[in-house]
Amino acid sequence: MQKVFYGFVGLAGLALAIFGIGPARAVDTIKIALIMCYSGQFADTAVQMDNAVKLFVKQHGDTVAGKKIEFIRKDTGGIAPDVAKRLAQEAIVRDHADILAGWILTPNALAGADVSAEAKKFMVVMNAATSIITTKSPYIARTSATTPQLNYTLGAWAAKNGLKKIYTMVSDYGPGIDAETWFQTGFKEAGGEIIGSVRFPVANPDFSAFIQAAKDKNPDGIYIWIPGGAQPLAVGKALAERGVDPAKTKVLGQDALAFESALQGMGDTALGIITVANYDYNHDSAMNRDFVKAYNDEGHRNPDIFSIGGYDGMHLIYAALEKTGGNADGDALIAAAKGMSWESPRGPMMIDPETRDIVQTVYIRRVEKVGGALRNVEFDKVPNVKDPAKARMKN
Amino acid sequence: MPPVFGVLFDGFAYGMLLFLMSVGLSVTLGMMNFVNLAHCSFAMLGGYVAITLMNAFGWPFLATLPVAFIAAAAASVVLERIFFRRFYNASDLDQCLLTIGIVFVSIAAAAYIYGTDQQPMQLPPYLRGSISFMGLDLAVYRLFLIATALLITVALVVMVETTRFGAQVRAAVNNQRMARGLGINVDGLFAVTFALGSGLAGLGGALAIAMLGLDPQFALTYLIYVLIVVSVGGLGSISGSFAAAMLLGFSDMAGKYYVPAISAFLIYLVMIVLLMWRPSGLFGRR
Amino acid sequence: MTSEAIPVRPVQYLQAQMRWRWSEAAFWLATLLPFVLTPNYLVLASQIAITALFVLSLDLILGFSGIVSLGHAAYFGVGAYTAGLLSTWGWGEPLTGLVAAALAAGLFGYVTSFIIARFRHLALIMITLGIGLVLQEAANSAGWLTGGFDGLQGIHTWRIFGRFRFDLYGYTAYAYSLAGLFVIFLVARRLIHSPFGLALRGIRENGLRMPAIGAPVHAHIRTIYTIAAIVAGVAGALLAETTETVSLEALGFQRSADVLVMLILGGTGRLYGGLIGAVVYMVARDQFSGLNPQFWYFWIGLLLIAVVTLLPNGILGGLAHLARRLRVTP
Repeated sequence: MQKVFYGFVGLAGLALAIFGIGPARAVDTIKIALIMCYSGQFADTAVQMDNAVKLFVKQHGDTVAGKKIEFIRKDTGGIAPDVAKRLAQEAIVRDHADILAGWILTPNALAGADVSAEAKKFMVVMNAATSIITTKSPYIARTSATTPQLNYTLGAWAAKNGLKKIYTMVSDYGPGIDAETWFQTGFKEAGGEIIGSVRFPVANPDFSAFIQAAKDKNPDGIYIWIPGGAQPLAVGKALAERGVDPAKTKVLGQDALAFESALQGMGDTALGIITVANYDYNHDSAMNRDFVKAYNDEGHRNPDIFSIGGYDGMHLIYAALEKTGGNADGDALIAAAKGMSWESPRGPMMIDPETRDIVQTVYIRRVEKVGGALRNVEFDKVPNVKDPAKARMKN
Repeated sequence: MPPVFGVLFDGFAYGMLLFLMSVGLSVTLGMMNFVNLAHCSFAMLGGYVAITLMNAFGWPFLATLPVAFIAAAAASVVLERIFFRRFYNASDLDQCLLTIGIVFVSIAAAAYIYGTDQQPMQLPPYLRGSISFMGLDLAVYRLFLIATALLITVALVVMVETTRFGAQVRAAVNNQRMARGLGINVDGLFAVTFALGSGLAGLGGALAIAMLGLDPQFALTYLIYVLIVVSVGGLGSISGSFAAAMLLGFSDMAGKYYVPAISAFLIYLVMIVLLMWRPSGLFGRR
Repeated sequence: MTSEAIPVRPVQYLQAQMRWRWSEAAFWLATLLPFVLTPNYLVLASQIAITALFVLSLDLILGFSGIVSLGHAAYFGVGAYTAGLLSTWGWGEPLTGLVAAALAAGLFGYVTSFIIARFRHLALIMITLGIGLVLQEAANSAGWLTGGFDGLQGIHTWRIFGRFRFDLYGYTAYAYSLAGLFVIFLVARRLIHSPFGLALRGIRENGLRMPAIGAPVHAHIRTIYTIAAIVAGVAGALLAETTETVSLEALGFQRSADVLVMLILGGTGRLYGGLIGAVVYMVARDQFSGLNPQFWYFWIGLLLIAVVTLLPNGILGGLAHLARRLRVTP
């Protein structure tokens, strides 16, 4: 037991040496805390987002309105709202962060919102897509997309484009259920009929049973919502193996279904899959082509929706700081952010002054073969889409 | 034939894959009581070796499989010499901690070297698509998987039942002390068995890429399923692992087709019920 | 473990064990240091205290009774959700929240203990794992109750005794969590150094022999399992109240695995082992992840390998081993 005591004295001394002396606060720096899941299951999304942030700073410099920008990166490890909240608190209390950014997963973002509200700090959500997040703190702005925004649009589009009977299949957790609700709402309100639905377990490696059950019902289209990772590929395989031809039975989904890595694995069986997204690296604009080239020069990879969320989030921060003249006060920044609009590599976008949420063009794409490779080709779009969930909450 | 048989066929293939990944752990756990939670890291290693050979060096898929096996087996020999050997007499909990530490290191290393995204891979054309059989669509790759796994199972059973090496393995699993007393070199036997089991895991990992995907978290994600197969099948039993893997594959698929609402739970409920009925596993000894 | 001659009579033996050593007093005084030395880290300190309490609950069943559980987070989660739900339904008083969580987790622990008591070895581990996973899926499905993936929203913890608010810096959070840890630790310590505690250790060492001396093995296991569930539930409630968040990972496999790793790291069956394991692991994780957000796993893995290689039976086990060796050599 003696050893324990000495060990503890030693630890306490070490603690004093490392922790006791906090970092000095320089008046001319603005610190941005990037709170993301750098490790764990969702690490890849953080990698893409962080790379986009780094690219933005490389292109635009690390000084805004006379202030130097510094980043504090913190890892939540995955879904851990208690950890996310603590990291946000520590960022503010210990590291004197001015802005809380990042926020990939909804539970973490919701926890962080509490801290943003209490400490009155500007918070930029660069990915998390659940509608209610922006309502949790008056200092939040979002630069990614919301699940209702994308899926309601797809549902409405599907009904207006010849699909009458659809079978929906989603992952059985928050975002999936959200997507199911809004897709079905959009589809039914535009005159379509949902002939069946199923929710699959979140960690589901094999979809053949579910796809078969869908096929048995003989729908015009199958709507599938799954998170990224290994699942899109597994879905593609199941579609091919169970004999569902996307050219005949329309397969609809959100961006993750037709992610680049999934398409590479699925091969030609993916042709004809229709997805809805707010961004794709194949988007045909000069600004996007430059962005994609620069992104590839840095990391030898194409940007995706997580990258654009991060890139535009940084744009918002820089633009807001320019507008406030370097004042990083929460009230000033959010006032500056409201109503801000700009042209992004994804297309035009705006921060809604009322809800502080994103308003952007939503694209409908189809998987096609372009120059020998599979790509998502945008063939239809709906401009200026607001988040429908909040619009209805008002009424 | 009703479409459910197509689904069950898929379940059979999934079960075979689980069997390949689990049989090594079952035998080593049964023989030396060494808790090797890093077993799926060997599977992951096999997968990454196969991917590297295919994508960076352009090897054909089939040629990468034996290399995946050998790479995983070699890695296990190295680890066994350096680390595991010293922990044969340590407590189960210490072995857990050691192997979990190795899992963490392997995940971080994989993320560092290969990145965190899914590894893309294209199957050779002759393994793609499906063939029609009695009104069912059977995926060619799954047929290949089943054929490979059955071949390996037969080879394993033949080896264990008819060769002297197999007899020694069976003796060592049954009663280690007695086997040593008879002069059987149990430590050497274990090293070979461990290498064989890890090699099979590596092979399983390489075969799994096209079905389950490959990312650095693979080592942890599939550990649970492997543990379920091993515990339900019974330690040290090849037939047990086979039966358990089949059972789990079928019930998982059937559950998803007939009762999707509880399909998430089903595999765990089946495991709990089976273990309560037979705590030593279906074909276990202790 | 001590250099004093061990008295022959059981009562004296237990009394000798119960005496407070000055190293223990020093440990608890050291836990007050963060208030003074590292006030910027109080939120982390409060989460370490809560985790230490959770690890303590696992030590009660694993270290002292030999029940290996890979699903102990189930009780932590039940406690967390109980306290959280109570708050969302309008009653956010923290102390009664703890009581409610203790009752709920204890009830769930009691019911499951009937299954647990019947099994040993791998079957027990996998059954506890299975129960934890089933509960996690059930909590996900019951999204209308638990908030599902997004987590429980609208938790607002009232002031403690009507006075102390949970602030951004974490003073109240740490004081509250530390007090909870200390009080329950005292109870656990008393429990372990009692005839019941000795019986548990007997069950751990040789469960088959115990009925021969009249010890009701199953009843004892059920009792300690229920107690451990209660303690885990209180820890969960503390987390829910101090962070005002609860989500599915509170009862997830990751949490069960982490707590097991921390306990083994610190040393099982030593009461303080769990606490030290929690401190070391969480501080290491925090520091590594701050230095290297993407690959901290690597360093933690190396730490675990190093500890298990150099210090068998955990940190405290290894230190005790060294102390014995140093005392033996003249």
